[in-house]
Amino acid sequence: MSRLVLDGLTKRYGHLTVVDTVDLTLEEGEFVSLLGPSGCGKTTTLRMIAGFVPPDAGRIEMNGQVISAPDNIVPPERRGMSMIFQSYAIWPNMTVEENVGFGLKLRKLPGEEIRRRVGEILEVVQMSHLGKRYPSELSGGQQQRVALARAIVIKPAVLLLDEPLSNLDANLREEMRFEIRRLHNEFRITTVYVTHDQSEAMATSDRIAVMHAGRVEQVDAPHMLYSRPRTRFVAGFIGRTNLIEGHVAGGAFGADGLSLPTTGVEGLDQGGPALISLRPQSLAIHRAAPQAPEGHPVMRATIAERTYLGESWDYVVRPAEGGLRLRVAAQPLDVHEVGSDVWLAIDPRQVSVVAA
Amino acid sequence: MSDGVLPRVTPRSSFRARLRNFEPITLLWLLLAAVLLVLVAFPLIKLLISSFETREGVFTLGNYATAYGRARYIDALFNSLKLGALSASIAVLLAVPMAWAVSRTDMPGKGFTWAMVMAAFVMPPYLGAVGWILLAGPNSGFLNITWRAITGASDPLFNVYSFAGLATVIALHSFPLVFIFVKSALDLVSSEMEDAANILGAGTFATMRKVTLPLVWPAILGGFIIVFLETIALFGTPAIIGIPARINVVTTQLWQFFEYPVRMEVAAAYAMPLLLITIAMIGVQKLMLSRKGFVSQTGKGGERRQIKLGAWRWALFGWCGLVGTLSVLLPLLVLLQASFAKAWGRGLSLDNLTIRNYRLLLFEHEMALTSVWNTIWFSAAAATIALVLALLVAYIAVRRLSRFADALGFLAMAPFVIPGIVMAIGFYAAYASPPLALYGTALLIILAFAARFLPIAYANANAAMRAVHPEMEEAVRILGGGRLTAIRHVTAPLVKKALLGGWLIVFIVASRELSAAVFLVGPRTRTMSVLLYDLSEAGNFEVLAAFGGILLVVTMVFVAIGMKLAGRDFMLRRH
Repeated sequence: MSRLVLDGLTKRYGHLTVVDTVDLTLEEGEFVSLLGPSGCGKTTTLRMIAGFVPPDAGRIEMNGQVISAPDNIVPPERRGMSMIFQSYAIWPNMTVEENVGFGLKLRKLPGEEIRRRVGEILEVVQMSHLGKRYPSELSGGQQQRVALARAIVIKPAVLLLDEPLSNLDANLREEMRFEIRRLHNEFRITTVYVTHDQSEAMATSDRIAVMHAGRVEQVDAPHMLYSRPRTRFVAGFIGRTNLIEGHVAGGAFGADGLSLPTTGVEGLDQGGPALISLRPQSLAIHRAAPQAPEGHPVMRATIAERTYLGESWDYVVRPAEGGLRLRVAAQPLDVHEVGSDVWLAIDPRQVSVVAA
Repeated sequence: MSDGVLPRVTPRSSFRARLRNFEPITLLWLLLAAVLLVLVAFPLIKLLISSFETREGVFTLGNYATAYGRARYIDALFNSLKLGALSASIAVLLAVPMAWAVSRTDMPGKGFTWAMVMAAFVMPPYLGAVGWILLAGPNSGFLNITWRAITGASDPLFNVYSFAGLATVIALHSFPLVFIFVKSALDLVSSEMEDAANILGAGTFATMRKVTLPLVWPAILGGFIIVFLETIALFGTPAIIGIPARINVVTTQLWQFFEYPVRMEVAAAYAMPLLLITIAMIGVQKLMLSRKGFVSQTGKGGERRQIKLGAWRWALFGWCGLVGTLSVLLPLLVLLQASFAKAWGRGLSLDNLTIRNYRLLLFEHEMALTSVWNTIWFSAAAATIALVLALLVAYIAVRRLSRFADALGFLAMAPFVIPGIVMAIGFYAAYASPPLALYGTALLIILAFAARFLPIAYANANAAMRAVHPEMEEAVRILGGGRLTAIRHVTAPLVKKALLGGWLIVFIVASRELSAAVFLVGPRTRTMSVLLYDLSEAGNFEVLAAFGGILLVVTMVFVAIGMKLAGRDFMLRRH
């Protein structure tokens, strides 16, 4: 297991900076996701960690040794890492066993040892019965398991995964997501996982680094990213939210007909303009004036739009005063007609301040 | 993890670290660039320079004045263009109905049609030309004799020694190119396109005319252009049929410039229009295909059903059978007859039968067996050189290992726009005379073949390489193998089969190549194709036919090997 440090990592293609001074530290045995929309630089970052792409500035250290710097790059084959590719890259000219055993063969382990370890790992990924098959005879999910086995069997210093589930169908994706986390819990290999799918990142990761336009916007545990987004991008990218611009004065945050007490809200102690993120789950709709706890603002509002999503209602409500439109999540049985007058309660504990 | 699989991390930025991390492939492109310059760029540059120089190396425009100074030479130029257009038109007429029938309908005998197309493609064009002289010579051609016997007419039915005759014979061997283009485009048209027209009231043939064929219009035009270019660069058929018929075209005129005394500089000047027209037309075609036509917009979606033709299917089958008969069966039949005949004009009879022609070639002729051996080893050597070169360039280009990858790929593809005959003159200009004095050597012919067919090899190698996802190699590297390990264990096994097909294609087209060979061979380095041409000049059709039979047998053996190893249609796949 290894400690991995990215320090000011930068990559440019022509005038385009695809990875921009990325700093990130992975503790031994930690599972970190690089999450972001396509083109945010996450895959390039991963390929720099793997050694396929040299950085233009900054460096990567593994256990205190520089493995990537603009003038000195250790080639991929000498990093002791392994990687799972988007295409799986299972070699079609080798059987499942040969695929899995290849890394061990390269390490010149005795044949007996290779057979034993291949057998063990195929057991772990539940592929023992298919060891003699060729990849063309396997389903997508099975190929994925072979790729996992092949990567883990060498006990890599760092495991890299590049959108490994994007080619699977929805059910299989969910299954493999737990499988990946289970294997991590079992082997505790330091892991970097690249994905654009936030639920995938949330289900698997200890921490998530959200990337946008080549920069790391925020690194945090999954639930903290959701409840305490620090930037406008993160607030908008992770889940859905209401972003409200307002002004702090006299112990209250005021915005176009909305007023929130600043007590208990982290980072709202200074006066001046502020941007807050209000999750749809932190708002509740009531037919009558609710008995709200102290400091929970309550106001009159009208239902403007609604969409039924199966697991919940997605309402858009308009507070009686001002021109704000707020999205509210509600239980399937909380049915309100469009145009009806309701009461809206806000839970200020879930309010977070966002860097504008 | 203490398994001895821990990463060995290099110390910071030392020289030794860099040496250890050095990739051997990074130097390869320099070597490749040098080889490509020798094979492709230098002959062309030398051709251009020669055309502006006197033999003493002084600048002159005299070569151009000579080359374009006589009406006969200018006529040849226009004859080539007319011949190209006529052959291409006939080829389109022959091939499009066949392609439509095979691709979209329930016509019977599709396997037979395929076999005919394949055979017409594989058969060396000059051999078909000889066959057609035996069939449609104005006086003693079998078809004309039969025609006169049946009708009592005194004029021949069809005179092969005419402009139309020449164009038809060329079209009968080049129509497979149109067929391949159009069929693969038609294969992509979804039946729903036709259903949509049917539901609005259009019948089967109206639909074909108004919907299906217009959809593949770019492919038809592309096929037309390729046949046009093939025709204007063709040497064998115009030489065998055109010279006796006094039809002079560019290629035969070039040949005459090479007769003693060799006027290579004039030939160089005279070859320029051929080169420029080819470059321009390929450019036009590329532009056209880059607009993707209409077909690709429909994508691969939608099902494809065979159109039920009813009785018409027999009419279409008749057409395919007719084309196959005229292009392959009849010429082969008369060649076979002639090869076993004492005098071919006496027809099929027992007392006319002999194996003397074959015996003469196999046991008495001083060059025949040597030429067979020459052909095989020149072609094999050229195919190997071309493929190794193509493979290395394709690897660098596809994996983007060098900033100059595109330039290398461009050089490897460049001979595609150089007519073989122009290439040969370029090689002659560059390497025939001292200091290298390679004229007539096996080396010169092999290098010219390798250069000429490098694009075929490159297209194959490039496609094969593209089919191997780069992550296949990266997976080896991240697991601890170097680039060479990755190539040995993964890339090489994966591209092996495709490359074998590519090698065989180059081998086969090289083994029948005439236009490049005829300018470069010496007395001891004649290939089968050149010897066949020599025999045709001598006019001994029985021996000529027997030699054609030997050439066909040799070709068929390698085609059969190819089909066995690389799939039935390995020569007809579009790259």
